Amino acid sequence: MNPADPTSSARLAASGLTLGYADTDVVRELDLQVPHGKVTVVVGANACGKSTLLRGLARLLRPRSGAVLLDGEAIHRLPTKQVARTLGLLPQNPTTPEGVTVADLVGRGRHPHHGPFGRLGRTRQEDEQAVAEALVLTDTLELADRMVDELSGGQRQRVWIAMALAQGTDLLLLDEPTTYLDVAHQIEMLDLLAELNARRGTTIVMVLHDLNLSARYADHLVALLHGRIVAEGTPREVVTEEVVRTVFGLDNRVIVDPVSHTPLVVPVGRHTPVPAPASPVEETR
Amino acid sequence: MSLTLERRETSTAPDAVEVVRRARRAPRVHHRRLVAGLVLALAGAFAVRVLLGDYTVTIPDFVRILGGEQIPGATYIVMESKLPRAVLAVLVGVAFGVGGAIFQTTLRNPLASPDIVGVSLGASAAAVSAIALAGWSGWPVSAAAVLGALGVALLVRAVAGDHGGFRLVLAGIGLAAAMQSVIQYVFTRVDEWDVQLVLRWLTGSVNGVAWTGIGLLAVALAVLLPATAWAARSLAASELGDDAAAGLGVGRARTELLMLLGVLLVAVGVAAAGPVAFVAFLSGPIARALNRGRTTLPAAGLVGAVIVLVGDHVGAYAVADLNLPVGVVTGAFGAPFLLWLLARGPRHGLRGRRAA
Repeated sequence: MNPADPTSSARLAASGLTLGYADTDVVRELDLQVPHGKVTVVVGANACGKSTLLRGLARLLRPRSGAVLLDGEAIHRLPTKQVARTLGLLPQNPTTPEGVTVADLVGRGRHPHHGPFGRLGRTRQEDEQAVAEALVLTDTLELADRMVDELSGGQRQRVWIAMALAQGTDLLLLDEPTTYLDVAHQIEMLDLLAELNARRGTTIVMVLHDLNLSARYADHLVALLHGRIVAEGTPREVVTEEVVRTVFGLDNRVIVDPVSHTPLVVPVGRHTPVPAPASPVEETR
Repeated sequence: MSLTLERRETSTAPDAVEVVRRARRAPRVHHRRLVAGLVLALAGAFAVRVLLGDYTVTIPDFVRILGGEQIPGATYIVMESKLPRAVLAVLVGVAFGVGGAIFQTTLRNPLASPDIVGVSLGASAAAVSAIALAGWSGWPVSAAAVLGALGVALLVRAVAGDHGGFRLVLAGIGLAAAMQSVIQYVFTRVDEWDVQLVLRWLTGSVNGVAWTGIGLLAVALAVLLPATAWAARSLAASELGDDAAAGLGVGRARTELLMLLGVLLVAVGVAAAGPVAFVAFLSGPIARALNRGRTTLPAAGLVGAVIVLVGDHVGAYAVADLNLPVGVVTGAFGAPFLLWLLARGPRHGLRGRRAA
């Protein structure tokens, strides 16, 4: 097994990682260094293995071969509660228990910080402090005593992020945090994560469906195809017409996003009129 | 030490912390009051069960009897009938209430309670086989009940896989029917049997149990309940789903330990009093509704104890000259509740109705 390259700034890395369910391999011999303090976004077509990769990085799946390394140690050999103090996870479909208030749900993010026989007085103060911070950061403090199952989809997603924040980890993994949200709430959610990264230096790894939003918010973009990385780097390096064609099998043009100046993919469908001549991006190259 | 605190650049306003403190305190205060109220209700039901009925015992007499004084008639009735029945009812009710709530919460389905998915009847079939066919008594019967309950639980899981939903419930109902036929078969092989005995192992009863059997159950609960309290602390995380729980450092092993404790609680309860119908199934949802929809194992145990006590009292005195086993009474009340739950769908069944 390769130990993580000590010169790299990655605390989380995959080395020769193969993951799968039943008798099929979904992620194949994948190497990845998650850049420290950056926002990494994993993109790819449906069933390319991006959620599986995220689950593997979060130690929810045991590797078939290879390893996920957290600070140089194989993650599934570390005590899971110890990992939970460094690495937080927001899964795609968490269950909202019945009758739970926002403050209670967010407080459950503190579980990894409690000892084997519950919390003591000092821990309770730390818990309240961390929960209050998470609620303020996600702008949900005024919801603190509301029932989670009475909230709107956007509010509820913010509350779940607050729970992951209350965990107080340096690394945060999110599986499609914008699903089921309308476009305004998607932007709000991603802005929140970007601020978190900027203000706390939290390393973020997330799976996103929307390629254009990924290009806008990622420092580091990873494109997967059939469980392998086909392109990796800054959005400008990764989001090219060729890569998009390979990864999604989609004819497309890439232009410059007029707002964020990141690459913007414009799909060409079968029923689209004849494509206009070269896009501005290509002219400038 | 918390990383959050080290990294915080500006201190969060103290009023924000106060808002959180107040919001987090409210459900805890409500739960404490609920548990206190249920303890009072339990004490009341216990007093009614022991002192009233077709033979009334005054409180001074009861104290004297406990002190060892012989009062003709009263001492025998209290020490050999009323008191053991009441004590057993409390212990069995707590065991079924907590065990059932563990099942329903961990499997996230109110229908997945041990008396519906065959675990209780598995314990019963093993216990009655040990008694009637092998001639065992005492703790080996409890051990047989534990094996029977574990066997059914493992079999249900093997059939249903990892799904806690309707597949598990259907597999369990099938096995429950099979276990029932095992019990009925055992009775065809016994020469001397009576209706009370058949009812005990099919629907449960707290009649005619010796103090030694009650002591055995009390010792088992003295071990199992603290262990459950320790293991159940992970419920706060595991309620959020397997992935979120793993993210919070709660692995599958912890959840399985809690399920095992649930199986053991139900099994020792069945060994003492038979599978008292629907107590495990009813207690959790009732306790949850009283607790504004939130999961609570202590309240579920207390609700279970009250149900068995009241059910036994009703069974003993509701119909003149007819001493119905408690399981017949709880079964009669549990069946409509099951239908209501089925009609509402599994998700809403767990939800406590909040007062409008």
